[in-house]
Order: sequence, then structure tokens, then C-alpha cells
Amino acid sequence: MTVDQANPAQENHSPGLRLDDGSRVAVIGGGPAGSFFSYFLLQFAKRLGVELCVDIHEARNFAIPGPGGCNMCGGIVSESLVQNLAAEGIVLPANVVQRGIDSYVLHTDVASVRIETPLHEKRIAAVYRGAGPRGSKPTEWRSFDGYLQELAVGEGAHVVRGRVESVSLDGGRPQIKAPNGAPLTYDLVAVAVGVNSSTLKVFEGFGIGYAAPQTTKTYICEFFVGRDAVEKRLGSSMHLFLLDIPRLEFAALVPKGDYATLCLMGEEIDKPLVQAFMDSPEVKRLLPAEWNASPDFCHCSPRINILSAVRPFADRMVFIGDCGTTKLYKDGIGTAYRTAKAAAKTALLEGISANDFRRHFWPTCRSIARDNQIGKLIFAVTRQVQRRRFARRGVVRMAAQEQEKTGGRRRMSTVLWDTFTGSAPYRDVFLRVSHPAFVAHFVRNALAGSRPKEIQSS
Amino acid sequence: MSELGKPFRDGEVIVQQGDTGDCMYVVQKGKVEVLTAKGGADLRLAVLGEGDFFGEMALFEREVRSATVRALGDVWVLTLEKKSFLRKVQEDPSLAFRILEKMSHRIRELDIALEEAAARRSAR
Repeated sequence: MTVDQANPAQENHSPGLRLDDGSRVAVIGGGPAGSFFSYFLLQFAKRLGVELCVDIHEARNFAIPGPGGCNMCGGIVSESLVQNLAAEGIVLPANVVQRGIDSYVLHTDVASVRIETPLHEKRIAAVYRGAGPRGSKPTEWRSFDGYLQELAVGEGAHVVRGRVESVSLDGGRPQIKAPNGAPLTYDLVAVAVGVNSSTLKVFEGFGIGYAAPQTTKTYICEFFVGRDAVEKRLGSSMHLFLLDIPRLEFAALVPKGDYATLCLMGEEIDKPLVQAFMDSPEVKRLLPAEWNASPDFCHCSPRINILSAVRPFADRMVFIGDCGTTKLYKDGIGTAYRTAKAAAKTALLEGISANDFRRHFWPTCRSIARDNQIGKLIFAVTRQVQRRRFARRGVVRMAAQEQEKTGGRRRMSTVLWDTFTGSAPYRDVFLRVSHPAFVAHFVRNALAGSRPKEIQSS
Repeated sequence: MSELGKPFRDGEVIVQQGDTGDCMYVVQKGKVEVLTAKGGADLRLAVLGEGDFFGEMALFEREVRSATVRALGDVWVLTLEKKSFLRKVQEDPSLAFRILEKMSHRIRELDIALEEAAARRSAR
């Protein structure tokens, strides 16, 4: 994709840039952020009686299994997003939800502990962003991204298939050149291309002050385990690992139909780190004895952002989802929903100038970015726990005791739940962890867990 | 393939009239019937399906449940707790649009039912 850099976007701080009847909106990228943006923009427009034309430019066909139809993501729809979607009237179909998650199991070298969802409900959805891993039967799965795109189309969006060839400005209005077509001029462009696209470099050169997010490499792999083995070994739990492996921040094994999705996050995940994780006894114990990782398994190393974009807006332009800002390590789809909805509300109710986005869209991004700063602190503490056996004992012992009791406050369980599932802001988690009662309980459990008798029995 | 929420079997009561409640529910799969006790019998007020919600009055009032909700066949229902939902609405008020739309729709239906009842009475 190229951009006409000779005519950079000039910011217009004056009021008057608005979407009206007949306005044309382009959405570059038809993943969750792009589809949510289109869906909410058209829904708000309908409520206000405004007729808009929304084109979603998307090269991928989400009906194709494997990399061709996948947006490279672990595929977890968080508890918080499942609830928001339910309140919005969006019910995820059973063939989109590969498995409803009702608990998670935290694995450490000292022990494992199972933590149930509140009310023992299946509140987290394990989904495939595309039509399933490479080699899976095309008709068996339904893509989450494809489903969201259908919702947007149901509200009146048009999907323009193919990769955008160029973006330029036509009298101050964005112009997009799609393959085999004449350039299309729009009143607004929503950029929702994630952080794994070279397109972002193009926008950085656009002279609008946008700088793409800083990223790190992750690792995602789809293991074929078989439906019975998935049911027996993993059940409806997300399996999280708190292991003392250098550079590994977080690891999860998520059950989905015949497969288990492995997600590794940390500092530049590479082959030796993946191997060290797969060789750990905690992982080997969980997978079938005769099972071996095949090199043919569908895997990818997408980048995720660790520092939000600079100035993800301009006149007639807004960056949503990962290419703007996202929650650190967690709930990327949920953050795409938040930023997309904030952008859609701003565009329709306030205006489409840089100033409108700064005043009404940027606060949502800023609050996510600030929360990520606290998230970094929480993960720094988690790293210390990972490295210290007595701390790991304290965490597991405290959570296990809470799970055994029917009543009482579940301080550690909720902290672990919200940290690892992304169900609550990091700020909330931090406030709970800093509470003197939490600290006192944790220290008592860490000390009790370090007594020789307990060590021998674990 | 999997559902979300919690399963209820045919005839199982999800919400009991007269109970206190602090959450609302969204039907994820299947159907439920809304009943009210009248003269010792259950009078069916409505049948709700996928995407419909019930128990929303508990979000706004501190009254007891106004009706019983029972599963019609196998049903999956997702719970939205009052505290966390109101916090979400505080962050994004537009999240309450759909509830307001549905409640407005129900008031309109009640108006029509009242008009029909008044017309029947005056025709007698």
C-alpha cells in the first residue's frame, strides 16, 4: 500500500467536520475492531435517522481454515466482553464458541489450583478468529471475525474484498484505491489493521503525528489433541502456567473442540523458550502421555502491542483496536470493542475532526494506556512470584484454601482471575493486592506453605 | 460447539416471583416463559427467546421479583450482576440503550393491552 505523501493530512481544528446523510466511511481491516466500529456506527446512525455508507476493506476470507482466514490471536472472548455483548443483544452462536470456559487452573511447580467462575457459569468464550487451524474441516467451525463481520453487514455495511492498494487525500478527504477499482473518496477512515500489518508504516509517513504501537513477539500454536482428550485432560478450563522460565511472562493452554491453543507471552518468544515450556513437567502432565507436538501444527508468531500508539487520530481519521491501543497482554478483543465503540460514538455524535477525536475518543485510549502502566507493575510482581518458590506456594495455598471454603472473601482467587483473564482493569487488581488484608493473608500462607511438613506433603 | 452461561432443564425455575434479586439474565439459547401467579394458577405473560433479557427491574428497583421465569425446554442463560453491570453503564451509558428500548417496547405493549381491555369492558 502506498500513500500520497505530497499532500499530507492537514489538521482542521475548526468545528464542522461531521457525518451527515450520505456520508461515506471506510474501515480498513475487517477484524473485531473494524466490524465493531461499523456495527455501532450504523446502529447509532439508525437511531439518529442518519443514512451512512460504510465500506469495510478486508483482504482475508474468514471462511478459509488456516492462516489465510485467521487474524492470529489466542481467541479468547473475556467474561467482561461476553457480558457487554449480551447487554448489546449480541449472542455468540454455539458454532462460534468452540468452548465455554467456566474455570481456570493455575499450574505451578509446587501444585495446581482450580478456580471457578463466579456463579459457576461458562462466562468466557474460546473462539477461532478464522475458520479453524490449518487442516481442520472448513464446515466444522465458524469464524468469530466472520460472525462479527456478518453483524456489521446486517446493519448495512458493505465488504470490499481485497487489500487496499493506496491511501491519498482528495481535497482533504481520504481516498482509497482498492484492487481492480477506481479510487473511492470517503468522509472518514477508521484504521483497524492491527499491529501485524506493514500498512501502519504508511500512516506514520502521512504527516499526522501518528506513531504505531511498540510491540513484542508472541507465540500461538494449535495442537490437535482430539475431542475426547481435550474433554478429559483440559475440560472447560483455561490452563494458566506460572513457571520459572526466563523471559516467559504468561502461558495459557485453551481447550477448543479437537484442539488446544497454546499462547505464550513474554520477551521475544523464540524456539528455545517454546521448547523449554513444552518440556516442563507441568505441561507434560497435562497432555496425553503418547502425545507429541508435530512440527506441522498450525502456529504463528504475531506481534502484540506493549506501548500504545502516539496520536491515534487526525482529521477524518481514527485508529482503533490494536493499531491504536490495547490492554496489555489480555482482552485484545474486548479493547477493540471499547475503542471501536468510542470512535463510532465520537464520529456520529461529536464530529470527525482531530479535535473531536481528542476530546471524546482519546480519553478511552488514554485510560487503557494508563491502566497498562499499572498492568506492567502487576506483571513485574508476577515475575517475582514466578521466580520464588515460597511465593508460588503462598499463591497456590491461599487460592486453594479459598476454593475449599463455601463462603468468605476470595481475595487471591479474584485477583488471579482478573489478572489472567483480563476481566477487570489492572487498577482494580492493584488496589485489591495492595489491601493490607490481602498482604497479611498472602504472607501468612507463604510462611505456612514453607513449613517443612507442608513442603513434604505437596 | 458450546454455549455460554448456565444450563436449565425444561420446567426449571430460573427466577421466582417474590424473591429478592440483584441480577438480570440474558437468554443465550432456547426459550423461557414469564409467569405470574393469579388465583392459584400461573398466567403466562410472555415467552422470551435468544438474546432477550429478563429480571432487569432488579437493576433499577429494590423490589422483589415481579414474575416467575421458567425454562421452556433446555435453556442456557447468562447472568449479569447488578453491581458490575451498573459500573459498565457508568463507563458507557449507551450500554443501557437496548434495555431502555425493550422497556419502552414493553410499555407500548402494555398500553395496547390496557386499551383492548378497556374496549372489551365498555363493549359489555
